[in-house]
Order: sequence, then C-alpha cells, then structure tokens
Amino acid sequence: MRCQHRLIDVDSQAESKNAMLTKILIPSGALGLGYDRDALARGVREKPDLLAIDGGSTDSGPHYLGTGTSKYSRSSIKSEWRELMEARAEADVPLVIGTAGTSGANDAVDWLVDITKEIESETGQNVQVAVLKSGQANDQMIDALRAGKISPLEPVMEVTEELLENCTNIVALAGAEQIQAALETGADIVIAGRTTDTATIAALPLARGCHQGGAWHGAKIGECGALATTNPNSGTIMITFDKEGFTVEPMGRTAKATPYTVSAHMLYENSIPYQLYEPGGHLDVVKAKYTAVDDRSVRVEGSEWIKSDTYNVKLEGARSGGYQTVSLALVRDSRYVENIREWVADIEAKCTRKAAERVNAAFTLELRLIGLDATLGDLDKGITSSSEVGVMGIVTASSEATSKEIAKILNPYLLHHPLTEDEEMPTFAFPFSPTEMYRGEIYEFCLNHVLELDNPMDGFELTLLELQA
Amino acid sequence: MTALADVAKKIRSKNAGPFWLTIDIFCDSNTKFQQACQIADNARVAKLLGTTPDALSRYEIADLNVLKFSLPRPQIQGTRSDRDMHGASFANLLTGLTLE
Repeated sequence: MRCQHRLIDVDSQAESKNAMLTKILIPSGALGLGYDRDALARGVREKPDLLAIDGGSTDSGPHYLGTGTSKYSRSSIKSEWRELMEARAEADVPLVIGTAGTSGANDAVDWLVDITKEIESETGQNVQVAVLKSGQANDQMIDALRAGKISPLEPVMEVTEELLENCTNIVALAGAEQIQAALETGADIVIAGRTTDTATIAALPLARGCHQGGAWHGAKIGECGALATTNPNSGTIMITFDKEGFTVEPMGRTAKATPYTVSAHMLYENSIPYQLYEPGGHLDVVKAKYTAVDDRSVRVEGSEWIKSDTYNVKLEGARSGGYQTVSLALVRDSRYVENIREWVADIEAKCTRKAAERVNAAFTLELRLIGLDATLGDLDKGITSSSEVGVMGIVTASSEATSKEIAKILNPYLLHHPLTEDEEMPTFAFPFSPTEMYRGEIYEFCLNHVLELDNPMDGFELTLLELQA
Repeated sequence: MTALADVAKKIRSKNAGPFWLTIDIFCDSNTKFQQACQIADNARVAKLLGTTPDALSRYEIADLNVLKFSLPRPQIQGTRSDRDMHGASFANLLTGLTLE
C-alpha cells in the first residue's frame, strides 16, 4: 500500500499566514560520506516532512562532470542509499537527492536510478521515483548563446559556439521550482541531476509558504549536514521551517548547534559571506539574527530573499584537456637532492627536445618536485629541504598514444640521467614497473555562466517511474 | 614579531566553486581579530597569493571575529596547471604573515 503524499497545500509560493511547519531531515552532507546511524534513526522518529541529501558537487574536480561517473564506489552508494530508502519508508515521506552521482550529469542520474531499481528488487519496496534531468544538449546551448540567453559570471571566461560544441557534458543547476515540480508528482523518491546544494531542502518549505529568506538560509545551513554544528561527523541535522524563519537542531547525541557554528557556516565554500545566488533571486543574510533556543538548537530570523527580474540557472560544463600519463621517480642521493632543480630543468629541456623530434603532436612535459614545492609551486616561499625528493613527470598530449609514447621517452632520463657529463651513470628509485601510469583523458571546467529561462522547466526533463518488486 | 598564525585560531582555505578560492581567518577574541585585520593588509595578502590587491574581496566580520578573503582561483580547479584540487593548501601561505 502506498499513499499519495499531501505535500503542498498552498498554491502560490508567496509567504503565507497559513504556512505549514515543515521539518526537513538531512542525513549527511553528501551521499557516500557516511553518518551516525543513531542520529538518522532519531531524526526519523522526529517525524520529518521530507529527507533531503546532496549527491555531489564540483569539489572533486572536472573528471566527474567530464565523464558523468561517480566519485564514490558503487557499493558505498548502494549501501547508504538502501538505508535512506528504508528510513524514507519508515517515515513515509519523500526522499530527495540532488546532484545524483557526483556531477548530476544525465549518465550519473541513470547510474543512481539503476542502483535504486536493484535495491527495490532486492527489498521488495514498491516506490514511485521522479527523475529530474539537468543535462543540456550542446546544440540547444549554441542556440541559447546565439539568442543572447547565456551570460558570464565573474571571473569572466569567454564562451564560443566551438566551446559549447566540445563540452562532453553541460548541466544546468536546478532550483526550488524544478524540485517542486518533481515533488508534485507525488513520487516517494526524487532523483535529481545537477541541483543547487540548497534547492532540495528549500523546495518544500517554499511550496508550503514558509518564510522565503528563512527557507533558503536554513537550506544553506543544512546542506552540509552537521557541518554547522560542534560535531560535523555526526552527519544528521533537522531544519524546521515556519512563516518567520527556521530552527536548526542536530540529531547526533553530542552535537550542538550554537549561534556561532550556525552563522559561521555562511562562510563555508562561499565567496560572498552574506549572499547566496539561486535560480530566481538571491538570499541576503545581513539582517539575520541568530538566537540560542537551548544549548543545542538555534533559531534564525531576519534573512531576506530578493527576487531577480529574470529566471537564471547556472551552467556547468566540462571539456577534454588532453590525455595524461604520469611517472614517479624517487631521488635519495644527497648530491642529486641538493641540485634537484638543475637536474629536472636539464631533463625537461632534453626530453622535450627529443620528444618533439620524434612525435609530431602537441604535448607538454612537466616535472613536479614532491617534497619541495609540488603543492604551491612558485608561491611557496617557506620551503625546507628534505633527504629525498619525489619527481613526478606529467605528460599531457593530444592523444592517448602520444602521452604514453612521450612518458616512455622520459623513462630513461628519470632512471639514469647524470647531473654532469663526466660521471658514472646514476640509478634512481622507481617504485613501480612499469613506472608510467596512464591517467586517461583529463577534463577542465569551461563554463562559468548563467542561462536565462522563460519557464523554469525549460531544459529540464521530468519522468515518473513506477518501481514494483 | 606577531605572525597571523599567532592571533588566528584557524586559517582555512577552500574552493568556492571551480573558479574562486576563499580564505577564512578565525580569531577567538575581538582584540585578536583587530590584530589579524591589521596584519593581513590587502597588499601583503595579495603578494603572498600571487595576485593584485584589486583582485581580492575582503570581508571583516566582527560579529564572528572572522576576516575573510575571496579571489579568483590562481588556476581554475582541476586544469593541467592546478596543483591542489580543493584549494585547502593556500591557507599555509598566510600563516607566517607579519606586519613587516
């Protein structure tokens, strides 16, 4: 037996006097990160109206959007997703995941839908799943560019038709409107592609007429799970929204939310600490007041939502940056360690020259010094010497074959290159055979733009699946 | 000479999306926060981060005793020349900052 959830009782998003108290349970900052199971169980007992979790972000780099694959292992995701599906069934409320499969690209959404089907067939749950896709077709983005609907954000990067053509994946970040459309289908589970971190949490309170500034602000505080508390590892947090603001309460036994931990969270991974841009407007927290309810919960009021004139969604895109092979050699000989920069500069020059003679294709060769300045490069002025140095050779080329070929040309240099011509041939340490490690195609983020939409559902695709054991 | 690390209880850097880096300097008293604001002057911070003062956004958040800087990432996250995917190491550049 399944019941149709009565989620949205007000037909407009305007703040309403009849706003319904809305409790959103956030199990953790992202699916795959883990959480305290007692805290989740406690959250379910508190009768939330919805469970919301994030499935990814750009933070792990462009590979995941470039390929549409997951950062976390399939078994980790399956195990946590199964527990959340069980928690959802017990609470009998919807479960929403945004940015499914790390990047929220269409292939990543399909991957999580497949896992969901597998769990459903193993556990015998009958569920309706709304699938929201955020992937954007390259040719449609070219049309949007021609129509003047794509504008740059700071720092400005140029966008051309050729660049849009070459993206392997382009996604638009869904906001509250698209998640609300998915919830209105009455689905038990919403699997959404790329979504803003906050929209999965803010959608329901907004639809029920809760305070708009409060809905977005509370969503930002909750989006990393218990990170806005004294015990981030406990994961689970409850945000309760109403017509004037919101209340934060961690579900972990020892975790505490204080006015400090909550207000400081606006700084996290946010370049402007008082504002947050979302589709359709922005949040301003300058006038927010944070008050301790008791020693573990915080009340927030006074945040403002400022509606924009146009409805803009942010775009993300990734394109190929070539093919890469890396090698690692370890230098322990103290004379070589002392003269390591001279040694690698000589290898870079000689190997680059030799490779250019033999290979007729574009490439770059870089030797990075692990143990000296591999992390910060030229910016690092505090370098101290150590007894050994790792030399990482990085070859990036226009094809897989070229990157492997040049890495093999580099091999004898890393193994035997002498500091001066009149000395015995040295030998350095290779930790592996072969020493070359092919990294595959590399990707780069290439869009920092917004797309103007006439209707929030333009460019998003919503389908409803009925899964039966 | 008092260094930034002596008056800050934590200096944290992190990506704010693939194109921005943000640095939060947390102090545990208003006195230390005022000292941090003095030590971390825009010109000196910009120099350590290899950028220009006008590329830095500076936020002095007295309520939290936090000084925050945001700047376009020195290299876009994950490009061939980027060395730190999450941007967390840049904070180390500021620890030794002093008035002179």
